[in-house]
Amino acid sequence: MKTDDLIEALSLDVAPAAGVRPRLAGAAGAGAVVAFALVALWLGFRPDYPAAFGKPMFWMKAIYAALIALGGFWCVDQLARPAGSGRKGVTFVLVVFGLICLAALVRWFITPAEDRMPLLMGQSWRVCPRNILALSLPILAATLVVVRRLAPTRLVLAGAAAGLFSGGVAAVVYGLHCPESTMPFVAVWYSLGISAPVVIGAVLGPWALRWR
Amino acid sequence: MAADLEDRLKALMLRGQAGDAAAWRELLALLSVRLRMFFARRLDGGADVEDLVQETLLAVHRRRMTYDPAQPFTAWAHAIAKYKLIDHWRRNRTRKHEPLDDLADFLAAPETEAPETRGDLDRVLAHLPDRQQKLVRDVKLQGLSLAEAGARAGISEGAAKVALHRALKALTEFALKGRDDKERG
Repeated sequence: MKTDDLIEALSLDVAPAAGVRPRLAGAAGAGAVVAFALVALWLGFRPDYPAAFGKPMFWMKAIYAALIALGGFWCVDQLARPAGSGRKGVTFVLVVFGLICLAALVRWFITPAEDRMPLLMGQSWRVCPRNILALSLPILAATLVVVRRLAPTRLVLAGAAAGLFSGGVAAVVYGLHCPESTMPFVAVWYSLGISAPVVIGAVLGPWALRWR
Repeated sequence: MAADLEDRLKALMLRGQAGDAAAWRELLALLSVRLRMFFARRLDGGADVEDLVQETLLAVHRRRMTYDPAQPFTAWAHAIAKYKLIDHWRRNRTRKHEPLDDLADFLAAPETEAPETRGDLDRVLAHLPDRQQKLVRDVKLQGLSLAEAGARAGISEGAAKVALHRALKALTEFALKGRDDKERG
């Protein structure tokens, strides 16, 4: 068929399609429901749930994770488009990470030396990154499916951005299970947990995001 | 001149994204001329040029929601063309070391006069069964609502919507299948 005819056919089908952001939000929503189900059925809610909603540290954790998710969203939103750059989103995430590290260091140094290690390790440092990674996988899968139908042209970066976004959303949900309440713990173990899907996304990107 | 072209294409893109069929047809026609030159220059005029033009137009069409009005349109279109070219080379396992970042080159492609003459709509629609042809004509050319077109065809509005969607999908598939048959023959 001639190219002119293709153009003719395509121009008959111009109903506006859903934008990039609603699609990404949909992916995060669907993935977060699965992550929530994993907390409810597998990990269980934290012992003081729902009284935890009244504790400032619960919200500090949620805000940190939500800001990372927001920065990740910004990155994916750009990198899912041809010639998009994640620079601004990455800068935002680095600033947020820098701030929590600063808060963690302050807390570390105002704490008597003998109390510092419990502060950092909490009771769940062994499982925290693993759990965040587990919760992020359904969100990562949904995000990759959505981004593949958009038009990423830098697939490693787009995959990493999808991982950052899903890690952030997963860490928000994980707050419903996680009983920890110190800045150093969150700065180290949450960040480590969020980094895992970033690496997985970067590795999967060239394969999972290749579109025809 | 490049700035004029950018403004013109961008305006068409925004109207196309909003559902303006005439603007969209004009944009695809203008793009096809440029894409043909872009690919011809990089494939030594090989037989794959027209395939790549069509694939790129299809990608531009299906992924049009990824254009962000804050970015230059030509950069967006160029990135898709470049992606398609690299994908083509990868599939054909050839490695070419050509500079690919010559956006200016893409922009400066001399403009042939008016967009290509329109394809023959009757010939395009002839691929469809009569019922679907009539539906597409009623809705897309006569401007009837889905409810009205459905009433003429004796089906519900919902059924008309589904049938129209199928017809438009089929048209694109015919376009691509025709190409594949040509390749095989």
